[in-house]
Amino acid sequence: MSNRYADRSHVVKLIFIVVGVLFVGRLAMLQLFSSKYRDLAKQQSLRPVTQYPARGFIYDRHGELLVHNEAVYDLMVIPRMVKGLDTNYFCESLGITRDDFDERMRKARKYSTYSASIFMKQISKEEYARFENKMYRFTGFYISQRTLRIYDRPIAAQVLGYVGEVDKADIERDSYYTQGDYIGKSGLEKSYEEILRGVKGKKIMQVDVHNRQVGPYQGGAYDTLPEEGMNLYTTLDADLQQYAEELMGNKRGCVVALEPSTGELLAMVSAPCYDPNLLVGRIRGENYKKLNSDLAKPMLNRALMGQYPPGSIFKVAQSMVALDLGVISPQSGFVCDKSLVGCHNHPSARSVQEAIKMSCNPYFYQVYRRVIQQGKYKSIYKDSQYGLTVWREYMLRFGFGQKLDIDLPKSGMSTGNIPDTAYYNRWYGKERWAFSTIYSNSIGQGEVTVVPIQMANLAAIVANRGYYITPHMVRFYGPDSLRNEEYYTRHETGIDHKYFDIAAAGMYDVVHVAGGTGRRARVDGLDVCGKTGTAENYGNDHSVFIAFAPKDDPKIALAVYVENAQGGGGTWAAPIAGLLIERYLNGEVKRKDVEKMYKEINPCQKLPLTRRVKKKK
Amino acid sequence: MYQERLKIDWWTVAIWAILTVFGVLNIYSATYSGDLSSLFSLKSFGGKQLLWLAIATVAAILVLFAEPRFFSNGAYPIYAVVLLLLVATLFLAVTVNGGKSWIEIGGFRFQPSEFAKFATALALSKYMSAIDVEWKQMRTKLVALAIMGIPAGLVLLQHDAGSALVFAAFVLPLFREGLSGAILVVGLVAVVLFVLALLVNKYILIGALVLIALFYLFVWLNKRTAKNWWRTIGLLLLCSAFIFSVDILYKQLDDHQRERIEVLLGKNDDLQGSGYNVHQSKIAIGSGGFFGKGYLKGTITKADFVPEQHTDFIFCTVGEEWGWLGSSLLVALYVWLLVRLINMAERQRSTFSRFYGYSVASILFMHLFVNVGMVLGLVPVIGIPLPFFSYGGSSLLAFTILLFVFIRLDATKNQLY
Repeated sequence: MSNRYADRSHVVKLIFIVVGVLFVGRLAMLQLFSSKYRDLAKQQSLRPVTQYPARGFIYDRHGELLVHNEAVYDLMVIPRMVKGLDTNYFCESLGITRDDFDERMRKARKYSTYSASIFMKQISKEEYARFENKMYRFTGFYISQRTLRIYDRPIAAQVLGYVGEVDKADIERDSYYTQGDYIGKSGLEKSYEEILRGVKGKKIMQVDVHNRQVGPYQGGAYDTLPEEGMNLYTTLDADLQQYAEELMGNKRGCVVALEPSTGELLAMVSAPCYDPNLLVGRIRGENYKKLNSDLAKPMLNRALMGQYPPGSIFKVAQSMVALDLGVISPQSGFVCDKSLVGCHNHPSARSVQEAIKMSCNPYFYQVYRRVIQQGKYKSIYKDSQYGLTVWREYMLRFGFGQKLDIDLPKSGMSTGNIPDTAYYNRWYGKERWAFSTIYSNSIGQGEVTVVPIQMANLAAIVANRGYYITPHMVRFYGPDSLRNEEYYTRHETGIDHKYFDIAAAGMYDVVHVAGGTGRRARVDGLDVCGKTGTAENYGNDHSVFIAFAPKDDPKIALAVYVENAQGGGGTWAAPIAGLLIERYLNGEVKRKDVEKMYKEINPCQKLPLTRRVKKKK
Repeated sequence: MYQERLKIDWWTVAIWAILTVFGVLNIYSATYSGDLSSLFSLKSFGGKQLLWLAIATVAAILVLFAEPRFFSNGAYPIYAVVLLLLVATLFLAVTVNGGKSWIEIGGFRFQPSEFAKFATALALSKYMSAIDVEWKQMRTKLVALAIMGIPAGLVLLQHDAGSALVFAAFVLPLFREGLSGAILVVGLVAVVLFVLALLVNKYILIGALVLIALFYLFVWLNKRTAKNWWRTIGLLLLCSAFIFSVDILYKQLDDHQRERIEVLLGKNDDLQGSGYNVHQSKIAIGSGGFFGKGYLKGTITKADFVPEQHTDFIFCTVGEEWGWLGSSLLVALYVWLLVRLINMAERQRSTFSRFYGYSVASILFMHLFVNVGMVLGLVPVIGIPLPFFSYGGSSLLAFTILLFVFIRLDATKNQLY
């Protein structure tokens, strides 16, 4: 019997071998042909801990610290690691409700159950100290240290910008970012993001199933140290900025002040202002909503994003173009004929200098007509087309009608409008418009609009007698004092500087000679040159003033724009410009009463103006 | 009576030695926590297992010096003692991991069920080698079933379904002695139908079976005699009845057993709950790659992600630290041992020795299949140890004795017992 079934031993051996082969094949499937398990293994036993670099500081032109960092703590969670949590005790320690806890956990799980996400953001040092020693009881949670921006003075909010969490688009655009990272959202924080942010470091920690850190992975061989962000050394003058913001209190509008010889921006104010510290930390969300829905649009940087009719300040540029074209001479005189265009009462101007001083509208009507209709063509339509093209070329060289290459975010920045022939052809049809159609441009009304920074730049061009350097905010950055080379090139208007001497003389007269429109800008002992503007629009007129000082070797050029002021450029913008110049050049303002008046006064009581938003304590 | 010289099969002893020593090393690694506590420290699992290995070695030597007649004559007494122990366990057991299979004698714990396999193998071999036993007789079949069934039932009563399942291994030696091969086919078909019934709509499944039956009748066999018709229809009805009873059978299982089956079939992906072990085990093994991470360098292992890693899931450590190469070699080593045991069994002169050899190979095979299959996610989670490898004194000792008794029988294979 024993050997009758001996062959069956082969069946048994075959079963053994088949199972062995099956196992080896399955092992190959798991170990050789699938990276899924390898990745999962890394994910769960190695925890990459991001080392956030300190964001670069921001200084003003005198080395005063404007922005620095303070440590806060993010409570991180890896949902699948959370085990045996005493939820009530945990909520109590953190001071949150059970519902809040569930909601936060739900969000974290939705993101990923395997990787870490932020459970609670920006816990202050004090709060952290309260539950630090309880952390060991909260398996699956750990602390990640972050820094918050602290703005040392409550100034220049729109210029400095703010830092916020990255959104989806940021992550897609730049692989450097991961969810929960911070990024500059506006202002310098945005435009210098890559310089300020530094380089993240990474520590790879080995953790066990209880989320205890067992030690650095491979002795830290794969760890990288974070590289600190570089500091920004800006051109801002913190004192002047603060003073300008105070003067713009209760008003809407903006101030741009710069150093003409270098293009360095000294102050840039957009009123109403707000405290940049409002957009920091956990109060950010709430305040952001409030600021964003404010009708006065405090988050808007009017100096770059607003475009306004320039009003009479445009006459300075008009006269330079006309003189360079030779269609008028410095001694050209035109009768103040109010039938052409309205004007205030003043004697007729006998020269360009006088015309600027008195800001005579009919005079510039004539000037602009000679620029537009130069008589090159018989048809006034063709002639106007030619004239407009030539004129536009000049205006572009003044920096109008385009975004200046300033080192603040380009998005949202306005170009202003210097209409071209296509623009009018679209409106009126080809060769169906002439000077008579577009004459409002002569006095800075009509289709022409400019951006406040371009106005200040115009003042700088006159101050420099014919060229400008692109206005900018940052002198240099980092430990090696790196510079932006493009801010060392002159942009020439191509107009002879002798004509700019005439403009400067006219602007001097505006402030200093009887009959000048901007006499309230006068500062004892200083040669202030300025030009008023009163821009008509749907509401009350805007009050504009551009100025530079001193007349020879100017140190400051600026533009002040007050929206919907009841009164012209001479009434509101000029005195504010005068105070700013006095403060910057003399270091202090002697006319305390004037200063006080303009700080407090509201030029348009009827409009609902937002007060400066106070930081919530 | 002439005394045959001992001819010990040293290859088998060598494989045993490699497996046990490699096992101790892996247990040490699986429970190694970073501080270099000595392998010889009794505080570590590795150290404890090493001590057990020493005890097992002494037992192995004693077995080799024992008279083979002791095992053949002592088969029934040993069987009886073990049955008594199993019954005693039901009353005296301490609960460990939900099972009630341990008894404690003076601070010394052991699992009688580990020795039950050995005792049953002896008893069944003894019975099958009796001169008046003919497999064709129904009485033989019933007695054999009882010898296997009684200890299996007692183990099942201890809530140790895994160890009870191992008794099914005796099908292979019985098959060798004349049990119809149909039982292997029926078993395989039953498993396949069971799995399919859980996965696929039952009517679709039966429809498919009908198609297969028609194919068989008309195309393959092409002999539509009445006998074939009745056979096919009968089989079909039987299969259908089985398919519909799957749900009833399934409900008889414990919750955790159902969950484990669902996890295996991919119907339950609760990686935190019942699927956790297998998922973690696959991660550990999968992350090993070709060469593995190196001894003591497994990150999943070090971090305690796999529960029971030093016992039932010890194979993970091999997979993670020794990679595909190491774990395949280990599988190959086991298969080599099994095939060798069958070859050795075939060279026995006595039925007792041959049957016992088949029993040893089959029991080891069953453990290997279920344990490694579970770790690789091919078999539902059933907690039985990997022979010679998993941490645990009783199992190491029991498997060693089981194997060495056969080595001893083989050493004087020309004698008849």
